[in-house]
Amino acid sequence: MMPIPGSGLAKGLAVTLRTMTKRSHTAQYPDVQPQLPPRSRGVIGLFEENCTVCMLCARECPDWCIYIDSHKETVPAATPGGRERSRNVLDRFAIDFSLCMYCGICIEVCPFDALFWSPEFEYAETDIHELTHERDKLREWMWTVPAPPALDPAAEEPKEIAAARKAAEKAEAAAAATAEPPAPTPGASGTSAPEAPAGTAPGAPGTRGPGASGAPGTPTPAPGDPGTDPAGGTA
Amino acid sequence: MNDVLDVALRLIVVFAAFLVLPLVVGQTEHKVMAHMQGRLGPMYAGGFHGWAQLVADGVKFAQKEDIVPANADRRIFQLAPAVALLPYLLVLIAIPIGPGEGAIGQVIDAGIFYVLAVMGVGVLGSLMAGWASANKFSMLGGLRTAAQLLAYELPMLLAAASVAMAAGTVSLTGIVASFQWWWLPWQIVGALVFFTAGLAELQRPPFDMPVADSEIIFGAYTEYTGLRFALFLLAEYAGIVVLCALTTVLFLGGWQGPFGAEGLGWVWTLLKTAILAFVVIWLRVSYPRLREDQLQKLAWTVLIPLALAQIALTGIVKVAIN
Repeated sequence: MMPIPGSGLAKGLAVTLRTMTKRSHTAQYPDVQPQLPPRSRGVIGLFEENCTVCMLCARECPDWCIYIDSHKETVPAATPGGRERSRNVLDRFAIDFSLCMYCGICIEVCPFDALFWSPEFEYAETDIHELTHERDKLREWMWTVPAPPALDPAAEEPKEIAAARKAAEKAEAAAAATAEPPAPTPGASGTSAPEAPAGTAPGAPGTRGPGASGAPGTPTPAPGDPGTDPAGGTA
Repeated sequence: MNDVLDVALRLIVVFAAFLVLPLVVGQTEHKVMAHMQGRLGPMYAGGFHGWAQLVADGVKFAQKEDIVPANADRRIFQLAPAVALLPYLLVLIAIPIGPGEGAIGQVIDAGIFYVLAVMGVGVLGSLMAGWASANKFSMLGGLRTAAQLLAYELPMLLAAASVAMAAGTVSLTGIVASFQWWWLPWQIVGALVFFTAGLAELQRPPFDMPVADSEIIFGAYTEYTGLRFALFLLAEYAGIVVLCALTTVLFLGGWQGPFGAEGLGWVWTLLKTAILAFVVIWLRVSYPRLREDQLQKLAWTVLIPLALAQIALTGIVKVAIN
């Protein structure tokens, strides 16, 4: 069927008229803060306590906009006759946000969870030099980093937690097995067994970088448990 | 002495309308256009819904430097905006907004003739601007403007001639006075042709090919800055007011409404003019710009035959009635 001539024109008019009756969907930004999606890339925060000056971020940065200066300090031996150790001390950590292209590779690549995305985006400056954020400013951004979202309930258990839990279960089973013949021991092994899950719990869900640094803490029960395990087995 | 006072008062009223109504249309355009595109439109100047936006625009234009290009034809270049704007003021004087002699700037017996002749002068402003700028883009824009305005002058005149035939007079007041409701279906084709051609005369989208800011960078007005550019813009909006008022007077019965024809006549005129101005804005939002050849084709192969057909129909009905 041939369309009526001019029907397309009328349809165009109808569309604009219908749009006019609807509310506009402009975000009134300076008055109303935008609803940013989770994982928004605003600015990069530095959790400098975690930084070991490994330089991975600076080397991987495609724009070469991360500046790190550091020096080595020797730490005296902990025990008499022991070896002196050297330690990296951070002198300068700066990110030039006038060069940064917000790829996030530095954050991906940091093995010690020292860099994080913050959703703050209002740091425009009138002088381009001001866009180089030094270490203290980057540390300030760290306070604006939101807690990471909780794990999906159906997600696979994180590896560290799974390992710790398995070790704890094994220890408990061993403790229970040894507890049967002698009566007095369960008290001792019974206290050590619940400790392991209690130690893993805070590191596992819902805490961010500083908390996640508990992750290195989680394996500690694991070496501890085999220690108690043979002890229990031999007892 | 009383006559002088009377004339002065009428001129002041017409001048006030000439300054205020285009601003109202402009503000309406800001808001209507925005909402038709799902935006807000200027919201900040002046507080409530940005009512002072156009005033602020005016202040901004007034602050800007008035530049005349070195090689431009100085006098002509500076006169062009006035030539573009003034005809609309002169037309506004002759448009009746209510019954009787009190509601018109000046009764002119050959009203249609005067109005269309004076509106034709506006073209000269664009041509002067395009030529005097001594710039190939302005020149191109000016020539395109001339081509467009020549093409659309004809259907506009023919459509207006049809109404004059129907009323048996060329006086604007006479036409409104003899308007009957059944003229509406009878003259509808002429009305559409007149309105469309008028839009093209104003170089409003979708007929803004000569000023196409993205293609030939504002056509004839490329070199204009500050207040002179603002005058060209004002001419466009004053043109909308004049075109809508003229269409109201010629085709929609002017001050005649279902009720209150005597006292409230001017309200009907203003209301119809406002609705037509809304349609002008609506068309701008809805349609893309026509190409040069499409533009010419529409004028010569669609509008002019339609206008001629309308004149033929008017003649036949007129003879049949008599």
